[in-house]
Amino acid sequence: MSLTQSSAIMPARGGLRGSLSDVLWRKPTLLLALMLAPPVLWLGIVYLGSLFALLLQSFFSIDEFSGLINHQFTLKTYGELLRPYNIDIIVRTVTMAALVTLASAIIAFPIAYFAARYARGRWKALFYLGVMLPLWSSYLVKIYAWKLILAKEGIFTWLFTRLHLEWLIDAWLSLPIVGGSSLSVSFTGTFIVFVYVWMPFMILPVQAALERVPQNLVEASSDLGATPSQTFRNVLFPLALPGIVAGSIFTFSLTLGDYIIPQIIGTSHLFIGQAVYAHQGTAGNIPLAAAFTVVPIVVMGFYLWGAKRMGAFNAL
Amino acid sequence: MTSAVSFEKISRHFGQVKAVDAVDLDIREGEFFAMLGPSGSGKTTCLRLIAGFERPTAGHLSIFGERAEDVPPYRRNVNTVFQDYALFPHLNVADNVAYGLMVKGVGKSERRRAADEALELVKLPGYGARRPGQLSGGQRQRVALARALVNRPKVLLLDEPLGALDLKLRENMQEELKVLQKSLGITFVFVTHDQGEALSMADRIAVFNQGKVMQVGTPEEIYKTPNSRFVADFVGSSNVLPPDFVSRHAGQKRWASLRPEAVRLVAQGPGAIAATVISSAYLGGSTRLGLDVEGHRINAVLPAGEPFPADGKPVHIGFARDDLHLMDDDG
Repeated sequence: MSLTQSSAIMPARGGLRGSLSDVLWRKPTLLLALMLAPPVLWLGIVYLGSLFALLLQSFFSIDEFSGLINHQFTLKTYGELLRPYNIDIIVRTVTMAALVTLASAIIAFPIAYFAARYARGRWKALFYLGVMLPLWSSYLVKIYAWKLILAKEGIFTWLFTRLHLEWLIDAWLSLPIVGGSSLSVSFTGTFIVFVYVWMPFMILPVQAALERVPQNLVEASSDLGATPSQTFRNVLFPLALPGIVAGSIFTFSLTLGDYIIPQIIGTSHLFIGQAVYAHQGTAGNIPLAAAFTVVPIVVMGFYLWGAKRMGAFNAL
Repeated sequence: MTSAVSFEKISRHFGQVKAVDAVDLDIREGEFFAMLGPSGSGKTTCLRLIAGFERPTAGHLSIFGERAEDVPPYRRNVNTVFQDYALFPHLNVADNVAYGLMVKGVGKSERRRAADEALELVKLPGYGARRPGQLSGGQRQRVALARALVNRPKVLLLDEPLGALDLKLRENMQEELKVLQKSLGITFVFVTHDQGEALSMADRIAVFNQGKVMQVGTPEEIYKTPNSRFVADFVGSSNVLPPDFVSRHAGQKRWASLRPEAVRLVAQGPGAIAATVISSAYLGGSTRLGLDVEGHRINAVLPAGEPFPADGKPVHIGFARDDLHLMDDDG
């Protein structure tokens, strides 16, 4: 039988590919280096490099008379950033991002919990489809659709009128800050659309985190005398926290940087993204635009540092 | 005396699957009770019914005389040691052990003292600050035990707690669990598929098959006088003999069981039955022979040191009539 007659070691395959695979097997670090080189070059030079180039701009200043950029290191632009008008923009944006993140987490948790615990087979597919489908359609189309939904003549107001609840909308819109002449030109509208648009980015990581929590931990907690709310606080929430933090990084930073939603749905008050857009475009103030982009980076840095200190990543 | 746990015609059906089917069972206070059966026999579902993770689809469950089928797990003074321990990965050992006290609102210092005591009890003193991930399987098992015992439960449920441990550790743990149960006086209900474990540890055993209890009794009763072919086969790895064989050699046309150690090799003569050796396995303390007897497979266990014939050799076997245990013909 030829099978038993063949030798224990098969001959080399020969050729360039054959010897290459032998060499890579003997030197696994070489393979790793070859695989990592392109992404590292991309990330290091194209991505981080341009980011640092941008940050560098924030230490230049603009000559107010000529409008030319003065290429000398100065903190003058940061002084400009801290003017009350710009501080307002920062506070407005960070507050909005925080509220959007909180609302997303509250709405996403039950959906993610259902998907992780109960949905199987067809229901799971339906869940993924339902969460991902909105991401497949154009962002602009969705936002304009929301503008119609939230407009004074839109379906939202119509529905509330039919339910004889129009006084509720009117009362809400008459409130300071969150109100306005209609939902589509109020911060409330901006908030609703932000929550809608970023929701999948919260649901998916929370679902992934909950999926990794074994069911028997919930049973063990209940077995040891914990009521469902105690089990949520002491077991489910801490174990889902890395997922919630991951999701909140998306919702928080995406809201911090977005300049389209507040422009289409909202008031004339600017958000950071709009300020960057205005300064680098029409105003031609690249240093101030760059300084504005530093704000979300610093805010996210503090956010992650705080989350780590609070033990959000302990369960990882 | 009220029973610790009492099943009255309890069923738990999952759609068409009858995981537990009309089970009657009484577990006495303070006893070490084993639920033994192959996987899928309903023993774990019974344990989960006592813990409250499952609700019966029919029948009544009482724990120390109180109706329990509508009581959620967190209101039952029953604790479970889970098969894979289910330790909370985000809490250290001390917080894991004190979890039950924490949710009941016991103060921090008292909690710590109770946790230390419980860890002492399971021979893991000073492990409080570690994370479950830093412990070995055997240590995690002890933490799970401490976490359950710290609540002073009326009934302690153990779901195959020794399944994941290696042999040596398992034997130690079997002994320790038994000692612990006797000294604490808590009712232990132990689920296992290992008949040796059930026989050596339990005061009484319930043998499960296909959602039903086949037999309840002391280890000796279960081992020596199985009431059905299934119990004989599953518990003792006994030889189950069909009616025609039994009628030829013992006069009665009924199913019977014969323990392998009751089978002897004898010289040819009256009463001796001709057999052929098919296989032999050296077990250290003994040798197990597989024999072909009139077309039936019979196992014999010979003490070590006794010379045993080679495979394929014709031999003669015999057994005492008293060792043949007649059974009813039900499954």
